[in-house]
Amino acid sequence: MSRDEVRAAIIDILADIAPDEDFNAVDDEKNLREQFDLDSMDFLDIVMELRKRYNVEVPEKDYDELATMSRCVNYLQPLLTAARA
Amino acid sequence: MVDRDSPDWRIVITGVGLTSPNGNSLDEFRGSLLAGRSGIVKFETRYMGEVPAGVCGFDERRYQKKKEIRRGTRAGSVAIYCAREAIGDAAIDFAAFDKSRIGVYAGVTEHGNVETENEVHAISQYNYDVRYWSHHHNPRTVANNPAGEVTLNMGITGPHYCIGAACAAGNLGIVQGCQMLRLGEVDLALAGGVSESIHTFGIFASFKAEGALAAHADPAKASRPFDKNRNGIVCSEGGCLFTLERLTDARRRGAKIYAEVTGYGVNSDATDFVLPDATRQAECIRLALKNAGLAPGDIDILNTHATATPMGDVQECIAMRDVFGAEDGVWVNNTKSYIGHTMGAAGALELAGNLPAFDDLTVHPTINIDAVDPQCELRNLVVNRPKKIDRVEHILNNSFGMFGINSVVIVSRLRN
Repeated sequence: MSRDEVRAAIIDILADIAPDEDFNAVDDEKNLREQFDLDSMDFLDIVMELRKRYNVEVPEKDYDELATMSRCVNYLQPLLTAARA
Repeated sequence: MVDRDSPDWRIVITGVGLTSPNGNSLDEFRGSLLAGRSGIVKFETRYMGEVPAGVCGFDERRYQKKKEIRRGTRAGSVAIYCAREAIGDAAIDFAAFDKSRIGVYAGVTEHGNVETENEVHAISQYNYDVRYWSHHHNPRTVANNPAGEVTLNMGITGPHYCIGAACAAGNLGIVQGCQMLRLGEVDLALAGGVSESIHTFGIFASFKAEGALAAHADPAKASRPFDKNRNGIVCSEGGCLFTLERLTDARRRGAKIYAEVTGYGVNSDATDFVLPDATRQAECIRLALKNAGLAPGDIDILNTHATATPMGDVQECIAMRDVFGAEDGVWVNNTKSYIGHTMGAAGALELAGNLPAFDDLTVHPTINIDAVDPQCELRNLVVNRPKKIDRVEHILNNSFGMFGINSVVIVSRLRN
């Protein structure tokens, strides 16, 4: 999966989890929880959606990798690419 | 705890928020009741196919953001809608009100079945791998969820909980609110009941297994309490929360007052898991009358519980003939013929539907009666069409539930 495709997949999940938010203007370097109303239950939703949609497992020790959009993309790109294969 | 002689004993209803299958405000609801308008429709359920059910059409987005709706439950949405509507109707200055002095007391018959059924169905799609079980399950299924969602939505920091009392729960919510006000625990009670039960298939399947689920080609005609051809219960969702206040506080702020809660009675059959007991029901009615300082003949409108099960309706009629048989000024009606059985909401919703009678002196009927079952003959049953009467001073509301939980609430026109 390309970086753009990975980013789009994450935005898709976020849009379902936080349907009142506008994810068009995400600052990729800033903490997602600072930009949007997302709490720990929402992050568990992200992990669940990655599991359900892409059969990708994010272990608890790696939850920090989801803190910003660019870290998400960096972390998930190899995992999503492998899952696609 | 104040005693009966204290001015702070008296409790009044100052606001109503409701959603029923035939109306999402007291005005709409009352209009439907006077017009004979049912809210029952054909409803598609998992595994059961199409069943008659009462579905509510209130606007969830009026008081909730999309995320709140997604995270919470239907019962939570119902409770929030009713609570916000009631506060608005009561014209309470909510911003200035001490939120730690508000209590939420919501009756429910059950809570958690909807979420559990949904989650079991969801993991069945993944070969029952529990990694696919939602972290939302626990907060969605704790029994206080509907009341809790109200506190989150409204910033209420007083006590909140749900009262599990089967089909009597709506009345029990009102009772609990009155008691907490009298104890001085709170200054405002959001009290009544809610239900999301139609969103489980289990409740329909279980009633069907008991031979107690109604069927009719026309869903609006399926709920037929007291009718010779009734064949069971129509399940419905719904909610009704009242704002209850001490009369002293209500007067101080110049509140609109719908009625005073003048008495209640609660007891148990101690007989059967499911089958009701007329003797204990009559006892409960007498308890409530005594609590209110009233005689049977003082009651002007009696709203029955009757769910249209062949047996349940008969037992209630036996109880009523026992208490009211000699009276000719007690007018009897039923709300489930319109809206089906709204479970936890029933007691509160059915009481609400009669409150406007203090102003319009009209008894709404029970509909869907082609011929009264001879075993359900009741003096002054108001059938199919509303009846104008000379006085409405006292309204009595029956709600009886499984395990023989009986509740009766009496409300009266405010005097002095």
